[in-house]
Amino acid sequence: MKRVGIPAVIVVACAALVGLLVYGLVSKGEDRSIDDAVKRGQTVAAPAPDRALPVLDAAGKRSLQSYKGKVVVLNFWASWCTPCKAEIPLLERLQRQIASRGGTVVGVNYRDTTGDANAFARRFGVTFPSLRDVDGDLAQDYGTRALPETFVIDRQGRITAVSRGQVNARFLDRSVSPLLSA
Amino acid sequence: MRMLLVAVAVAVLALAVPAALAAAPRTTLGDVEDEVMCPVCGTPLNVSESPQANRERAYIRQLVAEGRTKAQIKRALVAQFGPNVLALPESDKGVNWAVYAVPAALVLAALAALAVCVPRWRRRAPADAEPPPAELSGEDERRVERELARLD
Repeated sequence: MKRVGIPAVIVVACAALVGLLVYGLVSKGEDRSIDDAVKRGQTVAAPAPDRALPVLDAAGKRSLQSYKGKVVVLNFWASWCTPCKAEIPLLERLQRQIASRGGTVVGVNYRDTTGDANAFARRFGVTFPSLRDVDGDLAQDYGTRALPETFVIDRQGRITAVSRGQVNARFLDRSVSPLLSA
Repeated sequence: MRMLLVAVAVAVLALAVPAALAAAPRTTLGDVEDEVMCPVCGTPLNVSESPQANRERAYIRQLVAEGRTKAQIKRALVAQFGPNVLALPESDKGVNWAVYAVPAALVLAALAALAVCVPRWRRRAPADAEPPPAELSGEDERRVERELARLD
């Protein structure tokens, strides 16, 4: 029994280290569940609807739950992201079109300083609300890998379309218009 | 009297200036950027060259210019980018303790293994050594002497 003791401790220690390594790899791994479901024509419940995030350029926090009943175009952006600058006019135009029809664009500002994010919003005349994903947890929930990314969420809080990369007018028209009239 | 006042003033200044500097140590970008991460790149800020890293550096420069200490700048970075911005995470959050606990546990385990094994090796060493020559029996001794006498 005594001879088994030390090897057993070494084996347990090695197993614990391997376990930590696997946990690290899995927790940082790529999540494609949303993309796969949407590709199959299914809808997916929007992750973390209750996660409250600070509102950019305003006091307090809001979560996706705050927009329940609306068609939400959730856009992850940052001031340092070049394609975000290119797509912002399109999203702002969409906001003006859908605000009176029960829809809204909701920006999620990712890994930015408040000052830079506010300056960006002012420079591009952004009127839609933005939340600050300070620690990147919401982006992780959505499997965000590179900015910009956009998710279209219906009135029931389910994701119906995904754009990993810069959006275009065709994507927005095809994915948002049917939800507004539904 | 005037000389005494001047001497007192000089002494007070000599004590107060280092104390004030110690209370609010100024820092530099280089001093901070090797202890924080570029959260988007996943690399230490001092080796990151992305646009986001440049914005983070600009933010640190701004805080340095405002006279903030290193600790204050780190707190401000955590408020802006979350706790992952720190190169060494805060030990009281989530499983971050593992960063400190695992190396410490490994060192302790190695020391414990040495403490157990070294005395065993020492005890085993005499047993492994060549055994001392056995005493010759009387008959063998006489035989050796006979053989040696024959060689003479």
